[in-house]
Amino acid sequence: MSSAPTREVARRVFAREFNDASHTFKESDDERAPNYALLPTGERANRVFFVGTLTEKEDVGDDSEYWRGRIVDPTGTFFVYAGQYQPDAASMLRELQPPEYVAVAGKPRTYETESGQVNVSVRPESITVVDEATRDRWVVEAAERTVDRVEAFDAETNEYAAMAREQYGDDASEYLEGAIEALETIEGEAAPTP
Amino acid sequence: MADLREHAEEIRDRYDDHLDLEVEAVLDRLQTLVEQYKVPVDEARRSVESTYREEAGIEREDVVSGGSSEEVEVADIDAPEEWVTIEATVVDLWEPRSDSIAQVGLLGDESGTVKFTKWAKSDLPTLAEGQAYRLGNVVTDEYEGQFSVKLNRTTTIEELDREIEVGDDADTFEGALVDVQSGSGLIKRCPEEDCTRVLQNGRCSEHGDVEGEFDLRIKGVLDDGIEAREVIFDQEATEALTGMELEEAKDMAMDALDTEVVAEEMTGDVLGQYYRVEGPVFGRYLLVDDMEELGAPETVEDTLIKARSI
Repeated sequence: MSSAPTREVARRVFAREFNDASHTFKESDDERAPNYALLPTGERANRVFFVGTLTEKEDVGDDSEYWRGRIVDPTGTFFVYAGQYQPDAASMLRELQPPEYVAVAGKPRTYETESGQVNVSVRPESITVVDEATRDRWVVEAAERTVDRVEAFDAETNEYAAMAREQYGDDASEYLEGAIEALETIEGEAAPTP
Repeated sequence: MADLREHAEEIRDRYDDHLDLEVEAVLDRLQTLVEQYKVPVDEARRSVESTYREEAGIEREDVVSGGSSEEVEVADIDAPEEWVTIEATVVDLWEPRSDSIAQVGLLGDESGTVKFTKWAKSDLPTLAEGQAYRLGNVVTDEYEGQFSVKLNRTTTIEELDREIEVGDDADTFEGALVDVQSGSGLIKRCPEEDCTRVLQNGRCSEHGDVEGEFDLRIKGVLDDGIEAREVIFDQEATEALTGMELEEAKDMAMDALDTEVVAEEMTGDVLGQYYRVEGPVFGRYLLVDDMEELGAPETVEDTLIKARSI
């Protein structure tokens, strides 16, 4: 068999949960070991895939181009940053005129602000234009994966859930609520009374 | 040593057309190897046969293997250079990449599918897609862990009246296309016999500088958030996926003086889209036979019910 490392799965996570995934870790001490963001619903993410609406883009670079895009899903906003090392994604951000539905595959990145807050963003591998049907499909898929993670959150054998509890607390219910709200936006129905 | 005698008789029968062999003499050679030199029986038999072939001045392919070609199911093929008989349906015929190949494609039985190659020089009847055959005396082969069978001059082809259901070793996968890898788009392949390697800068890793033949392909990754699957769209599947035909791709590359533009153009259209694909799995790749682009979700309601029930 090939000894090539298996490719990291692109997790489906809504912006609200993603932006809370401020804890990162490695599985080994190897310098080249992959970095993971710990999702609050108890999963590790080395890569994410999401679809949303590009609402704003700005070149925030000093010497060279460094593009920031705001990409909105039903629960919040993903921030993507692309510079000279992500030439394809950077040129997409340069060319695109918001609003536009876009699909993004990329890696979670964190940085600490001067005030000590950890911000979570995405370093895109690719950005492509898609249509509304694809966006809706992603919303349902992201909701399904979120529901699956919340369901598995209490399983004793779930090591990433244990890690998430330690880092973020016991309650993953707000992400389930986020998923339900997201589904309701594309169902086009009012929130039901519980 | 009844076993060895059986082997000796088979060898005698097998070379009957070419050599006048005595069972005892054959047995003697086998015994020497097995008993004196402790060689495994298979190896002893191989050695003895090759000695006789040399004596007779014949090639392996010229030998009718008679009763020794064991009937197997395609999924059981797990070693190269074995003579086997299979009963299978021609599932798919592909475009031969060389004049030396008469037909190439996929055979299937209840257990699964296997690639087959029929050489032009073997001068065999043409196989029809969808027809079931009993193929006597085909030789197994292996390339990078994948097994195939080769039809040869001694292969017997018998049409079967019954239908053979083809086992489903095809896999279906649904997900978003999250990556299009290098080696996609308009590529060139080595034109040498039975070599279809993709050229790097006009060079084949086996045959050096060659005049390549254009082909279309997409190597990509489909991902459903749980698993990432590497998939290959061949020319036909790539054309279906992108709507771009080989000729159009060649024109585009010619205009731009660069083949890369084809991959770029295709990537923009397909990356980030959802697909359901189906096809056989070879090594780490799923080879796409069938695909469907997925649009709006089918099941908002179901997911909502499930989410609310927690």
